[in-house]
Amino acid sequence: MDASTSLETHGEHHHEAGHDHGHQELGFWRKYIFSTDHKVIGIQYGVCGLIFLFFGFSLMMMMRWQLAYPGQAMPVIGKWLPYIFGANTMPDGKMTPEFYNSLGAMHGTIMIFLGVVPVAFAAFGNFVVPLQIGAPDMTFPKVNAASFWAFGVGGAIMLTSFFVPGGAAKGGWTSYTPLSDISDKGPGFHPFLNGQTLWLLGFIFLITSSLLGAINFITTIIQLRAKGLTWMRLPFFVWAQFVTAFLLLLAFPPLEAAIVMQLMDRTAATSFFLPAGMIVNGAPLHISGGGSPLLWQHLFWFLGHPEVYVLILPAFGIVAEILANNSRKPLWGYKSLVFSVLVIGFLSFIVWAHHMWLTGMGSTVSAFFQTTTLLISIPSVIILSAFFISLWGGSIRFTVPMLWATAFLPMFGIGGLTGIPLAFNSADLYLHDTYYIIAHFHYIVAPGTIFGLFAGVYYWFPKATGRTMSEFWGKVHFWPSLICMNVIFLPMFLQGMLGMHRRWYDGGQGWTLSGEHIWGLTGFQWNTPISWAAWVMGLAQIPFIINFFWSIKHGKKVNDNPWEATTLEWTAPSPPPHGNFVTTPVAYRGPYEYSLPGREKDFTMQNEPVEPSERSKRMAEPALAH
Amino acid sequence: MEIPYTISTRPDTGLWNAKVGIWLFLASEVMLFGGLFSAYVFLRLDAQPGEWPHGLLNVPIGTMNTAVLILSSVTVVLAWAALKMRRYDAYWWYMLATILCGVIFLFVKLYFEWPQKFSHYGVYLKPEAREKYEQYLGNHRREEKGLEPRIEITGHLENHEALTDSNVKEYEIAMDPVNADPDNPAMDRPHFIPLPATDKVAKIEKEDVERISSFGPWHSAYFASYFTITGLHGAHVLGGVLVFLYMWLPVSKKVYQRNPEHLANRVEVSGLFWHFVDLVWIFVFPLFYLL
Repeated sequence: MDASTSLETHGEHHHEAGHDHGHQELGFWRKYIFSTDHKVIGIQYGVCGLIFLFFGFSLMMMMRWQLAYPGQAMPVIGKWLPYIFGANTMPDGKMTPEFYNSLGAMHGTIMIFLGVVPVAFAAFGNFVVPLQIGAPDMTFPKVNAASFWAFGVGGAIMLTSFFVPGGAAKGGWTSYTPLSDISDKGPGFHPFLNGQTLWLLGFIFLITSSLLGAINFITTIIQLRAKGLTWMRLPFFVWAQFVTAFLLLLAFPPLEAAIVMQLMDRTAATSFFLPAGMIVNGAPLHISGGGSPLLWQHLFWFLGHPEVYVLILPAFGIVAEILANNSRKPLWGYKSLVFSVLVIGFLSFIVWAHHMWLTGMGSTVSAFFQTTTLLISIPSVIILSAFFISLWGGSIRFTVPMLWATAFLPMFGIGGLTGIPLAFNSADLYLHDTYYIIAHFHYIVAPGTIFGLFAGVYYWFPKATGRTMSEFWGKVHFWPSLICMNVIFLPMFLQGMLGMHRRWYDGGQGWTLSGEHIWGLTGFQWNTPISWAAWVMGLAQIPFIINFFWSIKHGKKVNDNPWEATTLEWTAPSPPPHGNFVTTPVAYRGPYEYSLPGREKDFTMQNEPVEPSERSKRMAEPALAH
Repeated sequence: MEIPYTISTRPDTGLWNAKVGIWLFLASEVMLFGGLFSAYVFLRLDAQPGEWPHGLLNVPIGTMNTAVLILSSVTVVLAWAALKMRRYDAYWWYMLATILCGVIFLFVKLYFEWPQKFSHYGVYLKPEAREKYEQYLGNHRREEKGLEPRIEITGHLENHEALTDSNVKEYEIAMDPVNADPDNPAMDRPHFIPLPATDKVAKIEKEDVERISSFGPWHSAYFASYFTITGLHGAHVLGGVLVFLYMWLPVSKKVYQRNPEHLANRVEVSGLFWHFVDLVWIFVFPLFYLL
């Protein structure tokens, strides 16, 4: 093993082809902007991703006005928005249908591909994984930087698309064909610089970014684990990121293929997704036809479903670390968790058509996908159960990260269980494209994944800065967010069961059935409390933003292991220097050795050698258990 | 700071980093081209009788390009072996041969195969007008024999002004042999050696025409997939050539002099990529040229 680089050789040992001469010599730009250090890249991804999350959420806060008060002028900011998004977006402060569609499409795109994936996978993965496996950096630091900058270009293109004539893409985040093939075309639109074409171009960069990142993560985990860190001693977070990377690696390319084809349809007049005989605005399209709109759906959801697990698995990983740490107990059922996450990874590739029950694929195909969809709930339930059991009998500390992590459990549970009716195509025929769907997947991604992400930010903040975020303001952030999330999404289940469609521009005002009462309000009237809760939740993020930036310089200084955790990242200095560890770490034990009997401390770090006395005690344990 | 296992292998995995990386990358490439090929299958199965063209590509040229790519896969292995034996001069020549093969492949594609398509035209007839042009389609005989109908007359467009000038009422097409002699049983199968367009001109009234188009990507689902897949494949060939060029230039000799194994590893990794690109072509060739 030549992982023997110790403090003495650090900085003197030159890589044959590299130009790294240690971090001391790097200037500001190389150190903080065009860095190849995994920690800097992780933080870059994190900050950009959080900004995109808030931006995507702001788009939704604007849409919530239109849903609650359709056709009314937006107060205060209504007259300023046209100056930002173009003159035709909100004449007199009233939102146009086109702009509403743009906001909807871009909300989904930005939240998923520019917000959650960069934070959950790229930011936490980059920052934490090499530290947790005791590696000095990722295997390919330059590729890592390229990944971040590809993400930057993709994000810039997506943002730019708001400002081209006609505005950003309007075809929904799924960009279903043939609609998205023919939208944003014709008079008033640039042949290339239009919303939908830019959406496709931006995506090519985002996919490139994800692929480079995924290759780097997997290689790093396979090749750079510290001595003694066997596969079954990896923290669960590393396992979750490992499987996530495989999902990105294998699921994104078919979407890339589909995006190339849609790009060809839009710019080279092909008809991959256009059937013959299309009539647009009363005139037949001059195309060859012979394409299939369904082909897009298959390729899109082949990514789209694994993508759901890309969003949730890193959150599982984060929550697992925090639950073990704050219940001061080993994670319950570590091996079951690992195998469950592997099974989820595999099954997630063969469930995609459950997004397409309404296309009439035939009962044989539906039967297959219903079966696999129900199968995938088994490992998910195992994971959630193991998390709950991990709490049992623990001496729980409700730190801020732990609050978010414990809130994650029931929120994810609601999201998961409400998905089961959707797995059956007979039930889904009714619920498809209603607010029920919105509520279901948001419970997984918003109070689920995003709560996991907040937990992670509060948890690893001391490692990145050497200081903690404020406990008090963390709670001020947490409680309103938790309440608002549920006020937003719980009523949506009811609205959906009334049959309210998810893409209505007027919030269902014009539809008779949304006049039925549930809990004293009609389906349409429920839009108002939901919207207010969304705006209050927007305000509730302010303490977080201030807390985050303020604590970088002024937070309480803490030692290298403030949470008294066991995994290897806490053996590095906070913040870790370039190259991470003072001495090359060696792992002697599993990742969650909390409350070992006969020890002074209630946590035993992975790099603490197993003592002979301990070994005999461990042998005796099973006997005592009888 | 030094990242371990950039050149030497990690004992328990037996691999150096880039080798893991390239195999993962190739896995994602399999999914990328897999997506495109499955689109091909999907569209071809969906095609109506007569819609999916056959025998429009030049098979001898395609065969030659296939041979060129396979040859380059051999030379890149020889280049790698030469490095392993520490024979830099042999490496230099083998690498040059590989690069030239890649360039020849691209040259044939870009200067011969692709541009030809854009000057060749196909006229799709309205279903009700097909009987009128039976002498060029030979559908009566085809129906008897249980063959798919012909719905298109192809060849060289003699009066290009007809595309834009609405006063010109008909297209004049110097037909391909398949339309010039439609009842000849030899025309039931595509020809290995392509036959040039004849001087027999068909006059096709515009009002009988559903659509006229050159053999560009807009012609049909077939040409759409052809241009997209061969275009993406060509981009991969170009990428490979550029990487090889970098390894062939004097800048990489310095890497060799510092640590020959380092350059050998780089050639191995990019060679794996090159084999993959070759393999994709092994699928492209039968799917578009032969089937």
